[in-house]
Amino acid sequence: MQRYILTRIFYSFISLILLSITIFGLVRISGDPVILMADPGAKEEDLQALRVEFGLDKPIYVQYGVWISKLVRGDFGKSLYYRVPALELYMSRLPASILLMAVAMTIATLVGIPIGIFAAVRVNTWLDSFGNVFANLGLALPSFFIGLTLMLVLSVDLNLLPSSGSGTIKHIIMPAIALGWVLMASNMRLARSAMLEVLGSEYVKLARIKGLSERLVILKHAFKNALIPVLTFASIQVVLLMNGTVVVESIFAWPGIGRLLVEGINFRDFPIVQTTVLLTGLTIVGVNLLVDILYAYIDPRIHYGQ
Amino acid sequence: MDSSPVMAPAGTFAGQPTVLSLSRRVAAKLRGAPLISLGILALLVFTAVFADFLAPHNPEVGNLRLRYRPPAWETRGSAEFILGTDHMGRDVLSRIIYGSRISLIVAVAAVLVAGIIGTTLGLLSGYIGRWVDQVIMRVTDTWLALPPVLFAILLAAVLQSSTWKIPSKWNIVIILGVVFWTRYARVIRGEVLSLKERDYVRLAIVAGCSRLKIMWTHILPNVANSAVVLATLQIGVVIVAEATLSFLGVGVAPPEPAWGLMASEGKAGLMTGYWWLSVLPCLCIMLVVLAASSLGDWFRVWSDPQLRQL
Amino acid sequence: MAQPVLELKQLQTYFFSAQGTRVVKAVDGVTFTLNEGETLGIVGESGSGKTVTSMSILRLLPAAARIVGGEMWFQGENLLTKSEREMRALRGSQLTMILQDPMMSLNPLFTIGEQIAEPLRIHRHMRGTRLVERIKELLRGVRIPSPEVRLREYPHQMSGGMRQRIVGAICISCEPRLLIADEPTTSLDVTIQAQYLSLLKDIQKEKRLAMIFITHNIGIIAKMCDNVGVMYAGKLVERAPVRTIFNNPAHPYTEALLHAVPSLTERTDRLWSIEGQPPDLANPPAGCPFNPRCPKAEDRCRREVPPEFQVGENHYTRCWLWEGR
Repeated sequence: MQRYILTRIFYSFISLILLSITIFGLVRISGDPVILMADPGAKEEDLQALRVEFGLDKPIYVQYGVWISKLVRGDFGKSLYYRVPALELYMSRLPASILLMAVAMTIATLVGIPIGIFAAVRVNTWLDSFGNVFANLGLALPSFFIGLTLMLVLSVDLNLLPSSGSGTIKHIIMPAIALGWVLMASNMRLARSAMLEVLGSEYVKLARIKGLSERLVILKHAFKNALIPVLTFASIQVVLLMNGTVVVESIFAWPGIGRLLVEGINFRDFPIVQTTVLLTGLTIVGVNLLVDILYAYIDPRIHYGQ
Repeated sequence: MDSSPVMAPAGTFAGQPTVLSLSRRVAAKLRGAPLISLGILALLVFTAVFADFLAPHNPEVGNLRLRYRPPAWETRGSAEFILGTDHMGRDVLSRIIYGSRISLIVAVAAVLVAGIIGTTLGLLSGYIGRWVDQVIMRVTDTWLALPPVLFAILLAAVLQSSTWKIPSKWNIVIILGVVFWTRYARVIRGEVLSLKERDYVRLAIVAGCSRLKIMWTHILPNVANSAVVLATLQIGVVIVAEATLSFLGVGVAPPEPAWGLMASEGKAGLMTGYWWLSVLPCLCIMLVVLAASSLGDWFRVWSDPQLRQL
Repeated sequence: MAQPVLELKQLQTYFFSAQGTRVVKAVDGVTFTLNEGETLGIVGESGSGKTVTSMSILRLLPAAARIVGGEMWFQGENLLTKSEREMRALRGSQLTMILQDPMMSLNPLFTIGEQIAEPLRIHRHMRGTRLVERIKELLRGVRIPSPEVRLREYPHQMSGGMRQRIVGAICISCEPRLLIADEPTTSLDVTIQAQYLSLLKDIQKEKRLAMIFITHNIGIIAKMCDNVGVMYAGKLVERAPVRTIFNNPAHPYTEALLHAVPSLTERTDRLWSIEGQPPDLANPPAGCPFNPRCPKAEDRCRREVPPEFQVGENHYTRCWLWEGR
């Protein structure tokens, strides 16, 4: 198991490096990078000073080195619009997003997985078909559509919930549902197919042959095995969450990093954009690593090595 | 029980094929195709192509005195603007009609770009192997880990301030192509890896064919099927992505009538009761995406002879 | 004469398609009797209904299948009238089954010990040290060395042969009266097969188990079984003691099966196989199901389904050729 974990850490590290190279490369491709990092109305001397600071006159790997060393020290540049260090800005908005994502994920898991498992147990009944339709819709509809619909119905027509801002539980319900929607649909699909596969397996057959009650068969033998692919999905979930959060926060004016990103692009504030993307990528790599390590504890095949 | 091969033309009677008209054979092959989805997509293409003839008004220029008119079936609505007008007095119906053109062009172009890049790189990666494979796979893994929207925004930011200026529509195509090619590369590479072991490929190698020739004549036609299936499944995803980006203001730029953009512009109007500005474009998106997905699903089963037997 | 352990009379199990339009007659009129300490071998091609028969006995059929006719008597009790709860009490304790694929039969997430413990806990209410001792005893009984170590291990740490022995241990843990073995050695290496078969035979002798051995391998039948049933297209076309089947096969299908086994002594250029394909069970041919491939088929065979005729002592066959002899 040790070796497994170490290998995973190593790969995560490589991913991070590749991520940084990608972002670095993209910025360089665009032409003159200082234009991105400087104020719109900057004078030529300021631009020149920035060029020296970023080492643009030096070879490319030196530039990369300069850039990376800045990142490691926490210098992600300064927001052109807000005039504070980008990292600071990101960190101040992060808690709001984490809260929103946590609630969304909870809803999605608590609703999606049981429905999926249930649909598998009652396969081909009306419950299964209903769940199927639900899942298809969830995957086909863009999250902003869900958000707008929720807003229209719950906020405008029924006047139950506030349509924007944050602060109370009422504020978080709609954004969390809108965000969790796609996850719910995917969770349901995945839980269902994982469960179906397990239910058809030989060891479940043997469990029934042993005379175990149906409840025991499902909860003990089937469920735990079905959880493994669902856990894999957890890493993809985080990606979907991050994706959705950008849109949902914009619609509901939720003060998180998603909204920050949109502000960044609309205000042409590149440091914010770069910071958000970099740190999001970092988070995702981190979560993937955690899930991999979790596997090692759950699946004895990995735990004890092959 | 009929045990004739799956590709037998319809109307095989006791093993002897009867001569059937072409249309009947086509109809039989298409049996099971989701007709509604096909219809919706056909309508989309039709609208996009004949937009100039179908749209009653100019989609980009409006009359401010006529703004916020509701659709014809509500009070205060009129037949002149069947679906109402937006905040700039522009006819919503015309904008939706022209918007179909944008959705179609961007979706098809983006899928093509992503598909070509992805298939090529997947092909190279799978066939040549070694360091090329390692590099491409690591990049794919990393890019797949990035959320598409975030990546797209980063690209948009970069392109925004870049030294070469491209019209916004093609910006989006490039961005979407760059974001989505990784999915193709993965799948194609997997297929190529298994195809490499097939005897006819080995034979070609022994016969001395150059690598390029083998890839082109032997492997590519075989992976083309998977690529097309993936492409059809991706169209829905790409349309949603484009709509989302336009919604965020990162996609197609105003005054072009992209559906996502319309939804975004209409958001403010939701609170004051002007529901048709956001809801109608969203409905269009939803219909098209559902149609594309169901068609993609059907196509996947149809084109895979194994699955079809079920 | 003690009461037979298992008695099947004209068992019929059909599969119904979702709309109820297609009916597959997977088991169509199977009859046999099994006594204590006896082994019945059921042999036939894939799709002949062997596995469905065994699943019918356990009443563990998939949702699409139903037992539509016949009788099943286990130790004098009617299996068809039992509730699901009563069946569960029987399964694993009185009535068990060894599945074909040892790699897939054991749950990868639980220890061996845990998996053997389950039936003991549920049917015999064993706990604590008594349970652990019993598990070790069982492992020793299937000739697995160092049981104390093994019971804490996981399935993936063991070979196929060992896993199949563990499945065996699970099945005999509660001292069942009937053990069904569904192709238990098909997935094992040939060298391990012999060991496993001899193990099963020893266990059977020791516990006076009644066994049903399902296989498509004639060689195993010869070694393991007292009586043999030959299945074709859901029907039991011949049943007889093992010697009789080999020396005096009555049904043309049995003859063909025996003929198809390559001989080690004769030289042949080609392997002989029965012409044709097994019938589609949703649309079986009229009359005897074997008639399209039968070299001795007569007109009557193509029109009427033959009932069972007696050929000799304990020897029955479903073939018009034996009518009235």
